[in-house]
Amino acid sequence: MPTPPQMTSSTLTTRNRRGVLALFAGASAASLMPLRGWALDADQARSLIDTALGEVYQVINSGRPPAQMYREFETIFVRYADVPVIARSALGPAARQADPRALAAYTQAFQGYIGRKYGKRFREFIGSKIEVTGARPLKSFFAVTSVAYLNGRAPMEVEWHVSNKSGQDRFFNIIIEGVNMLASERAEIAAMLTARRGDLAALTGDLQAAG
Amino acid sequence: MLRPLSLVVPLALGVILAGCTSEPVMQDGIRVNDPFESGNRRIHAFNKGFDQRVVAPVARRVSAGGNEAGEPGAMDLVINAGANLSLPGKVVNSLLQGRPEPAIRNFFRFAVNTTLGMGGLLDPAGTDFGLPEVDTDFGETLAVWGVPEGAYLELPVLGPSTQRDAAGKVVDLLIDPVYHLLHRDAAWAAFGLRAASKAGDRARFGDTVDSVLQDSADSYAQLRLIYLMHRRHELNQGGTEIDPYADAAADDVIDPYDP
Repeated sequence: MPTPPQMTSSTLTTRNRRGVLALFAGASAASLMPLRGWALDADQARSLIDTALGEVYQVINSGRPPAQMYREFETIFVRYADVPVIARSALGPAARQADPRALAAYTQAFQGYIGRKYGKRFREFIGSKIEVTGARPLKSFFAVTSVAYLNGRAPMEVEWHVSNKSGQDRFFNIIIEGVNMLASERAEIAAMLTARRGDLAALTGDLQAAG
Repeated sequence: MLRPLSLVVPLALGVILAGCTSEPVMQDGIRVNDPFESGNRRIHAFNKGFDQRVVAPVARRVSAGGNEAGEPGAMDLVINAGANLSLPGKVVNSLLQGRPEPAIRNFFRFAVNTTLGMGGLLDPAGTDFGLPEVDTDFGETLAVWGVPEGAYLELPVLGPSTQRDAAGKVVDLLIDPVYHLLHRDAAWAAFGLRAASKAGDRARFGDTVDSVLQDSADSYAQLRLIYLMHRRHELNQGGTEIDPYADAAADDVIDPYDP
């Protein structure tokens, strides 16, 4: 039986050290992989909001007539937000029983209503800026944080919730100083639906005029 | 000599803290505890009319008066002066909460604006010294001490609140150093200035208030929701994280036994 080549203790330790280092490197690469995955998505979430805000400010500063602005806000909303999920969530349990065609008509009316309702506030944003400050994973989605600097007001925290569950990165909620748009629209749509005794078609008609 | 508030305060506290506690329910994604809803709704109807007929027209007239090119208008001066007088009370509250840092910041803010800012009319502390107001009140102090939020209340003229915040408002009047240092007429003047400052804020946020109060299908529910979400955020008492995808997944589970 051949004796193994003599090794000095120093080479042994060197080798071991290399092995350990390699192992560490591998382990840390493995442990970093999901982290990098998250970071990449967080970056994507962040850039989605950056891009959407850029387009919104372009419209705000365009000086076009308000009615035209509202339609452009609606287009931006449809491009960057997960409108079907927002509309469905705002409608609540009634969405479950609704037939697909009525739900689609409601969703269409809802996006116009959002474009007008939030678009009407554009004057408050003239001469303002919103800085995206970060993004972090939250539950099954991402929270993109930003600060809004509006004239004559203390800076406001604005948080955007972004998900890729629709197959694309889209935001589905905006939280301004704790005030949650999805919760607020749930209350509003529920009240409108109650006023129509649960008639989705009538609610859809009301939404076309509301906002 | 009787202080203007010494009679009102114990009476108001008794009214606020009386009443039952009921089970909160989840509504529109947040916890709502509103056992006094019918009474609150009556007060809301009054407040809405009051806002429409009295506050909004005055606010509109005030905010229309001047304010060109960043020059502070009369409204800004009143808002500044009133807000400045609220700072000593905020210092006391921060100390009661065991938070020395905001207490120190508001103390220096008060010192700078009262002297360099000409009695608080201007805000050099905020614009030049990086000392914006750190907002707090006794409602927050109670929250820090572990007092539960209690039921939702809509107060006449003052608007949305909770049992804890309403009690806080009353105590804030009692512990405010401004009222203890001034004689009676000056205390009333300070009170008037602070009320005018609040009205100025209403003018500043006019569009926002109008859209919630006048354009909502159920402005009572909308205001309650907004107040509770904002207040809990302010007090770091948990945000509302709605996951509509999780909800949708739950929606997709078909239960043949559920009609």
